Amino acid sequence: MTLPPRRQWSANLTSAFARVPSPQGVELPPYRRSELVLLVAAGILTTAALSALTLAHDGHLTYHIATYALGFYVLWGFVHLAMRRFAPAADPLLMPLCAALNGLGLVMIYRLDLARSDAAKQAGRAIPPSAAHTQIVWTALSVIVFALVLALVRNHSTLARYTFTAGLAGLVFLCLPALPGIGATINGARLWLRVGPFSFQPSEISKILLAIFFAGYLRTFGALMSAHVVTKARRRSTGNAAAALTGAIRRLRPGAHGPGEPAAPADVTDSSGTYTGVISRVWSKGPRFYVPAILTWVAGLGVLVIERDLGSSLLFFGMFLVVLYVASERARFVVVGLGLFIAAALAAYHLFSHVQVRVDIWLHAFDGTNPSNKSYQLVQGLYGFAAGGITGTGLGRGHPNKVPFANTDFIMASLGEELGLTGVMAILMMYLLIVVRGMRVALTAPDPFGKLLATALAATLGIQVFVQVGGVMRLIPLTGVTLPFVSYGGSSLVANAAIIALLLRISDTVRRRQAEAQEVLEVEPDQVANVQTEIVRRVEVPETQETHEPAE
Amino acid sequence: MSQPSSPGDARRSGPDQRAAHMNRPIRRVMLVCGALFAGLLVNANWVQVGEQRSLKQEPTNSREIAARLDRQRGMILAGSTTIASSTPVDDEFKYLRQYADGPLYAPLTGYYALYSATGLESTQNLFLSGDDDRLLASRVSSLFSGSERKGGSVVTTIDPAIQQAASQALAGRKGAVVALDPRTGAILAMVTAPTYDPNSLASHDVDTVQQQYNTLSGDKAEPLLNRAAQQTYPPGSTFKIITAAAALSTGNYNPDSVVPAPDRLPLPQSTVELPNFGGERCGNGQTDTLIHALAISCNTAFAQLGMDLGGDKLREQADAFGFDTTIDGFELPQAKSVFPESLDKPQTAQSAIGQYNVRVTPLQMAQVVAAIANDGRMMKPYVVQELQGPDLKRIAQTEPKELGQPISSQVADQLTTMMKSVVTSGTGRKAQISGVSVAGKTGTAEHGANEPPHAWFVGFAPADNPTIAIAVVVEDGGGEVGTGGAIAAPIAQKVMQTALDVRG
Repeated sequence: MTLPPRRQWSANLTSAFARVPSPQGVELPPYRRSELVLLVAAGILTTAALSALTLAHDGHLTYHIATYALGFYVLWGFVHLAMRRFAPAADPLLMPLCAALNGLGLVMIYRLDLARSDAAKQAGRAIPPSAAHTQIVWTALSVIVFALVLALVRNHSTLARYTFTAGLAGLVFLCLPALPGIGATINGARLWLRVGPFSFQPSEISKILLAIFFAGYLRTFGALMSAHVVTKARRRSTGNAAAALTGAIRRLRPGAHGPGEPAAPADVTDSSGTYTGVISRVWSKGPRFYVPAILTWVAGLGVLVIERDLGSSLLFFGMFLVVLYVASERARFVVVGLGLFIAAALAAYHLFSHVQVRVDIWLHAFDGTNPSNKSYQLVQGLYGFAAGGITGTGLGRGHPNKVPFANTDFIMASLGEELGLTGVMAILMMYLLIVVRGMRVALTAPDPFGKLLATALAATLGIQVFVQVGGVMRLIPLTGVTLPFVSYGGSSLVANAAIIALLLRISDTVRRRQAEAQEVLEVEPDQVANVQTEIVRRVEVPETQETHEPAE
Repeated sequence: MSQPSSPGDARRSGPDQRAAHMNRPIRRVMLVCGALFAGLLVNANWVQVGEQRSLKQEPTNSREIAARLDRQRGMILAGSTTIASSTPVDDEFKYLRQYADGPLYAPLTGYYALYSATGLESTQNLFLSGDDDRLLASRVSSLFSGSERKGGSVVTTIDPAIQQAASQALAGRKGAVVALDPRTGAILAMVTAPTYDPNSLASHDVDTVQQQYNTLSGDKAEPLLNRAAQQTYPPGSTFKIITAAAALSTGNYNPDSVVPAPDRLPLPQSTVELPNFGGERCGNGQTDTLIHALAISCNTAFAQLGMDLGGDKLREQADAFGFDTTIDGFELPQAKSVFPESLDKPQTAQSAIGQYNVRVTPLQMAQVVAAIANDGRMMKPYVVQELQGPDLKRIAQTEPKELGQPISSQVADQLTTMMKSVVTSGTGRKAQISGVSVAGKTGTAEHGANEPPHAWFVGFAPADNPTIAIAVVVEDGGGEVGTGGAIAAPIAQKVMQTALDVRG
């Protein structure tokens, strides 16, 4: 397979860096070259935004812009090289999208810094510390975490081994802020850990750990469910149920016959014994599946109650429902889950005043006489959006600093004011692209764990953006979650970098395998007959790894 | 994106099928995520475009107020006189709102403070600030020429000379004067006293504004209130015009009809007797003609007439003149004039002479006489004559609009004759203008036992071809005990005289 010269250059670069070189004769499509082009575009976007801001604020451009642009390329260039080395076949879109969002967020955080320091100068107060510089440090750290995840997690299937460890750790992290001594209440919600000078939001880490846990323990759930249901169907009527059951059993027993093979008649005649086996397996495995589910649900409520963190409990619950639905293919779980959620939400509304306040703010934002009258922030944010209109005021030309917490929870209002509806829609489309690419990874992933993990991570990201932006724009009640990659805040940045790295890891596995399969098909036509078995063999390798979990 | 092999290839190969059953729910989750994002996109459009205007108009939107103070707001003019303008200053904002003759025009302009606005500043805000769609062309051209975006100007119907004359004639006494052109409804003067200086609220310093506002709003004399349109008073004898209109409209009466007019009218269902003002006698002490009863403002005659007509008839006539409703689309805040419902006989008698619970705004009474002056056709009153772009080009003009015909032109003629006699030989002689016939009606409205009555005069001139209709009220007679004829008629006379002089 010959490539045009420039592609060849890119391919050489990849293979020069690749930790695991592609199998002999396998040529990867120029994923990394596309990524590099997109990354340069993201850098240009960020630099242009910074230049527009500097022009609006100082009236002229400064050399600092070049320094920051260089910094951007150094940081994300490092990730790019790490990708070439550890995940050469991974999706080329995800990383540049994160870089662009992170860059836009940084420019807006810097812009709000400028407004604060200008106001301080005018009032003769001390200039507050720069949030943008802290955020740059966190970006550097998250870039390292990004590379570390790619380097350490060579095969996402190995994560399945730590299912229960991850679940436990996730719950512990979730509960930590509630403990006296290390937990800290910031802005009315107790979701921070404070160790020395560092404050840290452990729920962000729990998000990943719980995604691994959910994906891990639900990966065989669907097959079990099918078997269970078929068994029940069998009691009502015989017929094709038996054949379906055989398939279900086969799915439960990896390494048995491939489903493509015709079922041997012996299987059906022999099946009566197996039915009982399945029923007993479902029964014995039942508590294993239901107990963690209930525990997680209770934990979500616990977070809601103790830490007053409505956003995170919403996220975890949403993630759990998504994984449960995908694993079981039973919409009924979603219905039951949503029912439980509504019941819990209603109960919370009647029991807790802070929930009532959120709903009241949402419903009566402009009613100055509403009992809580705490809608100031939301209303100021909406004024920001309105001031932005379609085209926005332009970076540095609005008043986004009028909104409290403009650089964290309300950064979307700041962006909406200065970049306008156009900017908001562009940013939302970038998030949608990330979610869709994440879901594509899930669709193409070969193993249930990979599918569930990718779905969980991508869906959580999507739900988080919805809860965040919907809250700020008064579509739903406001809950305190951060806008991934954009909001000021280290834990969120690091955690989301790790999420994207995990998605890329799964994507790399999938695509490398696809490329190999493709390569094999491209051999001499008269060898195709022999090649078929070759495909099966090659593709089956990781599957066996996953099931039997051999040491690497 | 380069996609060397479709994902389908991978799904079709052996072991992948084990997990492929999850693809359907994953696609559905993807669809749900897409739906969530579609919701966000629609919502973003709604907030930033659909709801944008109403959000910008929210009174607490300090960002919008600041933005507007950063560009030149349009002027408010009375004829060719500028009464409100924005001048460049060098402080936190770029422009300071200034009011020439602020106290004189305050009931019209209102004020434009940091966080609130009233009067035309509030109702014409969209245009003055330059956000009105009619200024789109100007906005676009300023976008291309790079010039600063400016607001449009509002030209009022107010005639500075008449406004000035009305203010001088009122001479600081609590009360109000409304003068309008009966042929169009254009308001020529609208004066209220006491008043305030809107400049004091236009300051860019929040604390100053707050302090000034607290002083003004705490003042018992209510200087922020536009008495001409926002305050209701008992109309007293001026209401007799409406009672007379109701009687004439039945066709059973004419100005020369003889009606009962005892010295004291015993009210049914009570022991109370209704006397005439100052115990005076009407006609022969038993009966009087309608025209004479109006000229000398005979209470017993009109109280009896009101009872004969009935409360419903009176209310019907009052409502035809615009009572119990507000004028739709009037540019200034207004109070509703009231004629009470379901009256018993004594209440009807009281109401027929403008007492009991009848309440009117000076604007309402001006509307009543203007309708009589305009052959029974009542025009819609308006304050904004014209809207001009920043380049002073006319963008819109108010076309006179008829509100309705509360009385026939014949009844209007009869009433005019009767009101002329009020000024020539009755209680309103002090409104006489040499060489011009004036029609009018005085009122002396009792309110509370220990307060001097409110002094009223309503009328129009020249009686045969009216160009000005007027309503004057002096609260508590300006502190002295006196009739409408003595206190209010001279004010009306001066204003009408000025109007006839300047308008020809």
